[in-house]
Amino acid sequence: MKKLALTTLPLAAAGSTSAFAQEARSIDQAVNETFATVTGPFVNFIFSPFPGTSFPWIVMWLVIAASLFTVYFGFIQIRGFRHSIQLVKGDYSDPNDAGEVSHFQALTTALSGTVGLGNIAGVAVAVGIGGPGATFWMIMAGLLGMASKFTECTLGVKYRNEYEDGTVSGGPMYYMSKGFAERGIPGGKILAVVFAIFCILGAFGGGNMFQANQAHAQISSITGDYPGWITGIVFALVVYAVIVGGIKSIANVTEKVVPFMGVLYVGTALIILLLNFDKIGWAFGQIFEGAFTGLGVAGGFVGALIQGFKRAAFSNEAGVGSAAIAHSAVRTKEPITEGLVSLLEPFIDTVVICTMTALVITISGLLIVDPASGNFVLDGNSIKTVGDVSGVSLTSAAFATGFSWFPYVLAIAVVLFAFSTMISWSYYGLKAWTYLFGEGKTTELVFKIIFCVFVVIGASASLGPVIDFSDAAIFAMAVVNITALYFLMPIVKKEMNSYMDRLKSGEIKRFKH
Amino acid sequence: MSAKIVIGLDGSGSGERAVAYAKKQAKQIGDCELIAVYVIEWSPYSFQTPEENEQRHARRNEEISAAESRVVSPAVKALKADGFSARGVVKHGDVADLLNAVAVEEGADQIVVARASEGGLTSRLFGSSTSNLVMTATVPVTVVG
Repeated sequence: MKKLALTTLPLAAAGSTSAFAQEARSIDQAVNETFATVTGPFVNFIFSPFPGTSFPWIVMWLVIAASLFTVYFGFIQIRGFRHSIQLVKGDYSDPNDAGEVSHFQALTTALSGTVGLGNIAGVAVAVGIGGPGATFWMIMAGLLGMASKFTECTLGVKYRNEYEDGTVSGGPMYYMSKGFAERGIPGGKILAVVFAIFCILGAFGGGNMFQANQAHAQISSITGDYPGWITGIVFALVVYAVIVGGIKSIANVTEKVVPFMGVLYVGTALIILLLNFDKIGWAFGQIFEGAFTGLGVAGGFVGALIQGFKRAAFSNEAGVGSAAIAHSAVRTKEPITEGLVSLLEPFIDTVVICTMTALVITISGLLIVDPASGNFVLDGNSIKTVGDVSGVSLTSAAFATGFSWFPYVLAIAVVLFAFSTMISWSYYGLKAWTYLFGEGKTTELVFKIIFCVFVVIGASASLGPVIDFSDAAIFAMAVVNITALYFLMPIVKKEMNSYMDRLKSGEIKRFKH
Repeated sequence: MSAKIVIGLDGSGSGERAVAYAKKQAKQIGDCELIAVYVIEWSPYSFQTPEENEQRHARRNEEISAAESRVVSPAVKALKADGFSARGVVKHGDVADLLNAVAVEEGADQIVVARASEGGLTSRLFGSSTSNLVMTATVPVTVVG
């Protein structure tokens, strides 16, 4: 990997010569082509359709799992919803545990890893290809995904490692190896290793390259077009300063600003929707109609469904296993409480925030409709848009129809979201990396440097190959993680039943009223 | 039953003034126990990075032992040396809430704190711990200037 860093740098230096723009373009192009060729086979495998259909097997895999968990745990996302909110508020937290990681903190930390570009750019991709109908399937996937999240996060806390120095490490790697051993099922260790490998790829893909890519797209849409590797290097330097240089203040500031950006984003979306309240009914009509007819999008109703489910999974990461790493640091004697808290994550991320984005895009009228048939006008695979925009630029243009200044705010939000997601994923990736290679200064440094190199690659490559690889890596994590969840779900059920009984009998004490 | 006075420490000169006043009170009362409380400002609703969460438990223990060794133990020791019955408490959370909570739990007759040492914009916006305590306490509070 050192080699890669060395070859990138002289190339970057060459960019400052007279033929600046041309050279720069060719760097981006070279990165792009190499990247697409290298990752192609892996991406093709993950998204290969069921024989004889156009339906990717991986999407089916996620939906079936989420539905099964929903039924198996008796619609826990509905039954447990109220109690989840009480837990986050701290109603059941022992005052003697003050100063430890609270449910609220574990939830917001996990959320800052998931809320971000998936909600802004991902939704635009889904709606741009699958039409408004994709939103319906996204919401469905979000609601079902709550059960997947519940399962994995309960296990994450139950099987975490608590070390003598007081630190904790948790995540799918640990519940795979320890949980399987406890149930006497072989293969847990192997699954854990495979998961760790995919988790590292996911950290480089969705947790890094996709973020850098869309941050660049957003910045250059305001400043005018310029080569992606410049954004990449700036981003990489800041990420380097935080994860290698240990300049915590940058991460701390981001961590504190991101929630406000989230609130600002949702707030603005709400205002735009209120200003256009006469169109909300129509927009929901489009969403429902499109969900079952497709309204002329590529692949019809199945196209809308696939896009919806894909982007929901990418945004809320339910079943992927990443959240189990973030949630496992909470202080609680009852693992199930963190499972309950974590089910709010897909709800906030997908059901609330993604739906806001989708509604604003639908209402904006940027998706071009053929007045004769009432169907969308297609441009290749995606819907033709006013100004020919896609991804984060589509969201930005849609918000600009409400407030012309919003693209500037969005640009700042996107950069911050991208940055906080990168910091979160560098942590997830590092946990997987140290699981494989052991803890130690040098091994950790190697990972962190590779991570920074991928920031540059991500910003330089074009959206298509990056988003394909990011999806593929994250979904590959879900293949392994959900396999493990099937084997371990009886343990979660036992925990859940015991907790719910004790909650009912009053044995679980409520501290705040 | 002996009287009890809760003293709010803050690790600075103003905390010392509170201790001095409480001592005077205790002398007048005679049979009086002094409880020196130090609160580490902490909120369960703050935003943290995954790394901070991972190390939180260890940090918490460090914070408690630092508060005990640097602020509370020296204060309790000094009080005992002067012949008072005294003990220390260290807690995480909101200063005003916890001083009152300890006083209620212990059945204390009074809370002694010093005038706010913090200033600036934050205290203008959210009020100082002292003024919050005065406004919300359910136990008599004496503020030492």
